[in-house]
Amino acid sequence: MNEHAQATGYNFAYLDEQTKRMIRRAILKGIAIPGYQVPFASREMPMPYGWGTGGVQVTAAILGPDDVLKVIDQGSDDTTNAVSIRKFFARTAGVATTTKTVEATVIQTRHRVPETALRSDQVLVYQVPIPEPLRYLEPRETETRKLHALGEYGLMHVKLYEDIARHGHVATTYAYPVEVAGRYVMDPSPVPKFDNPKIDDCEALQLFGAGREKRIYAVPPHTKVRSLDFEDHPFRVQTFKDPCALCAAEGVYLDEVVLDDRGGRMFVCSDTDYCEERREAGHRGHLAGDDPLSPVGRGRVAEGDRVREEHKSDSASPSPRPSPHRGEGEEALP
Amino acid sequence: MYVAVKGGEAAIDNAHALLDHERRGDPSVPELSVAQIREQMTLLVDRVMTEGSLYDPDLAALALKQARGDLIEAVFLVRAFRTTLPRFGTSEPIDTDTMRAIRRVSAIYKDLPGGQVLGPTFDYTHRLIDFALAAEGEPERPAESQAASEVMPHVASLLDGERLIEREPAADPNIPVGDLTREPLDFPAGRDLRLQALARGDEGFVLALGYSTQRGFGRTHPFTGEIRIGDVEIEFVPEELGFAVPLGEMTLTECEMVTQFTGSAAQPPQFTRGYGLAFGRGERKAMAMALVDRALRAREFGEEVAAPAQDEEFVLSHCDNLQATGFVEHLKLPHYVDFQAELELVRRMRAEHEAGGQTDALEAAE
Amino acid sequence: MTSPLLTARGLAKNYGPRAACADVSLDLYEGEVLAIVGESGSGKSTLLGLLATETSPDAGEVHYRFRDDEVRDLLTLGEAERRLLMRTDWGFIRQDATQGLRMPVSAGGNVGERLMAVGARHYGNIRATAEDWLARVEIDPGRIDDSPKTFSGGMRQRLQIARNLVTQPRLVFMDEPTSGLDVSVQARLLDLIRTLVAELGLAVVIVTHDLAVARLLSHRMMVMKGGRVIETGLTDQVLDDPREPYTQLLVSSVLAA
Repeated sequence: MNEHAQATGYNFAYLDEQTKRMIRRAILKGIAIPGYQVPFASREMPMPYGWGTGGVQVTAAILGPDDVLKVIDQGSDDTTNAVSIRKFFARTAGVATTTKTVEATVIQTRHRVPETALRSDQVLVYQVPIPEPLRYLEPRETETRKLHALGEYGLMHVKLYEDIARHGHVATTYAYPVEVAGRYVMDPSPVPKFDNPKIDDCEALQLFGAGREKRIYAVPPHTKVRSLDFEDHPFRVQTFKDPCALCAAEGVYLDEVVLDDRGGRMFVCSDTDYCEERREAGHRGHLAGDDPLSPVGRGRVAEGDRVREEHKSDSASPSPRPSPHRGEGEEALP
Repeated sequence: MYVAVKGGEAAIDNAHALLDHERRGDPSVPELSVAQIREQMTLLVDRVMTEGSLYDPDLAALALKQARGDLIEAVFLVRAFRTTLPRFGTSEPIDTDTMRAIRRVSAIYKDLPGGQVLGPTFDYTHRLIDFALAAEGEPERPAESQAASEVMPHVASLLDGERLIEREPAADPNIPVGDLTREPLDFPAGRDLRLQALARGDEGFVLALGYSTQRGFGRTHPFTGEIRIGDVEIEFVPEELGFAVPLGEMTLTECEMVTQFTGSAAQPPQFTRGYGLAFGRGERKAMAMALVDRALRAREFGEEVAAPAQDEEFVLSHCDNLQATGFVEHLKLPHYVDFQAELELVRRMRAEHEAGGQTDALEAAE
Repeated sequence: MTSPLLTARGLAKNYGPRAACADVSLDLYEGEVLAIVGESGSGKSTLLGLLATETSPDAGEVHYRFRDDEVRDLLTLGEAERRLLMRTDWGFIRQDATQGLRMPVSAGGNVGERLMAVGARHYGNIRATAEDWLARVEIDPGRIDDSPKTFSGGMRQRLQIARNLVTQPRLVFMDEPTSGLDVSVQARLLDLIRTLVAELGLAVVIVTHDLAVARLLSHRMMVMKGGRVIETGLTDQVLDDPREPYTQLLVSSVLAA
């Protein structure tokens, strides 16, 4: 136990060693059977169910004193829940934290896969609300477990068929179901389908934790992860017409930010670290301004104070020129 | 130049400081002590212990103070604390036959060994606001008399004497009692796990389910065989000693419902049981729990499983208020990545609709 | 002569003290239509459930001859094999179409489900097959994207038939497929079933309380009362010359009913 954790009165990374061993066994089983949901005795954590307790338990079970932890929510390091979880581990494990994807050894995420390609010495831990990809087609756990065991995934394709029949294309935009290693159908957690290709053949180990539903599953490095589709309606990802307004990145997932109530909006990188790295490297979007470290210059550890201060001081400056509604919307139509 | 809104650590800290400030309320009003909550908000403390599944009145009272009286928040604090406690072992089964009961009522016999003991109860009070209480006077002293030393056998055992009620299976020391906080719940779950889930379950939810069985959604024709409230001794056998030593006493509420069963080819007609147990004084919870316990045994008795209260997966998956509140409240967390994906789709579909059926105009192959 | 497709020996099922089905044995050959008739409570639906392995018997066995001619005991079949059998080589037409269809799913999705369940992954082909089958059951293929909720009772039954026959099963179970429909709608549906059964050479076990349905569709019939088979034989023979007093009563009351 390190000094930091000792001071808190809790074991390193909060969970007791016996619980960690139990979770590690579930993780190992998950790695051995890619995409299979392993039931585990999820503990009651000091944060609410549905707020990342599954991811937190997985992270706690794999975290060592030398790890460097990054926590993101919606791609951002500064969203309140990401800040809260990062703080939890800084306090209970005393590990170094970072906002930089390249520096992290463990990245806990909610709803995004970082834009920067992950390496074999990194682990990506997903927070999962509903691990069962068949849940909204079949609410019963007893029945869905049977469907997985028998590999009966016809129902999933009925759903995709219905989408195409009704809309001309699959209308699932996030939590898009995937087939893992040619066997189990898996919910990749509510990441946009844009991120699905990054899960496939990834260098890093990917672990998924669902605390309330008491399931852990895994995608080992270099595993084939295929998004479900039809031969004549292949899987496609979202594309954005305009680059990021701050760093001019293309081929990345963008957040839409509403600037005023007259239709003014801009599109910026959802992955804040990626965006900052690019701006530091001199890339400029059309709303970026000139200061390379603005608007959110940060050190290795997230400093909420400073962010807040900058926001305050900036709110006094002239408001940005609102862009017309651009992005992947109707303007992009031919 | 645009600056994104960020939720910083300082903002969170400030929010929590504000929360503490609000909790204290008007500083000119004296602060509540934990002892006051423990002694004067007893039923609330009991409920926090029951749903928090930890018998510790002081801790429950403290949790209530910290939670500003929010029941589920207090249960949350107790549960999160409970998780970190080391497990020394399992106590001996409690013997409620030996309960020193302060209340004991049966609805199926007018009189019975041990007698009917009304005890402290809201029953038969007229629900008129007592404005005198606002004046903080001391209540009248209750009448006292010598406690009856008469034994108080369970009503069910009287029926059992005539073989009119199903036999409880004898405890098998070789089969460990399940614990859903240590092992993931699997369906079908044994009755031990069902009872544990119900005991921890939200009183409002269990109450509503029990009520639904009375209204015909899984009817069991229940009679309150017995409710008893009182203190029982907890015993523990330390391995190094090899005999039971008392650990202390706890107050419990126990309810046994006697319900109907028509019998089968293999079994003659007999009554069946539903069981409820709560920490402290939790009569409503124990009764509702007993109704739902019996309803959940439908399959065991070859009854059709049609009503929500009979549906094990439905009841056990949704009775925990921490799980429920966590998932409902998580909807306030940011979802803008997912929403963006939906926004994009709806815009595109609307554009396609206007363009007259052009599809996939904006999607490039992966 | 080939061996039977489906054989049952000594099937029994009790619900509490009541015997819903007692000591029932039968053989069913390829292309043969067997009607099970009786009043409600006679055990005919229980028997259907036992034959289709949806209900497990208290006694007896059911054997089925698979496409590779191997005869197997269905009660020893693993869950995976059983389910595969049910969605490929078997069909089940329910009395209540909402039980046999996926009501929130379009007509095309309903017909395509079995194809997708056995691995079809070409949307265009699935759709073309669904359109073809809708036409065969006399549903306008233009309604392929409509929900069965918008269909009439007769259309729903025809959709159920298409959904079941799309994988070209050899054996179809039918539970009162025409009851609750108007007489004219019934006649059209019966005519369709008769045509398809003949065209595809289907073996059918049909449960009905309606002797007219049995006469129109079946080759052989079994009369059930109180969970037991009391009379069995060629349909015309049983209906024209019933031996058992109960059957005589049933036959004589058919016009009155």
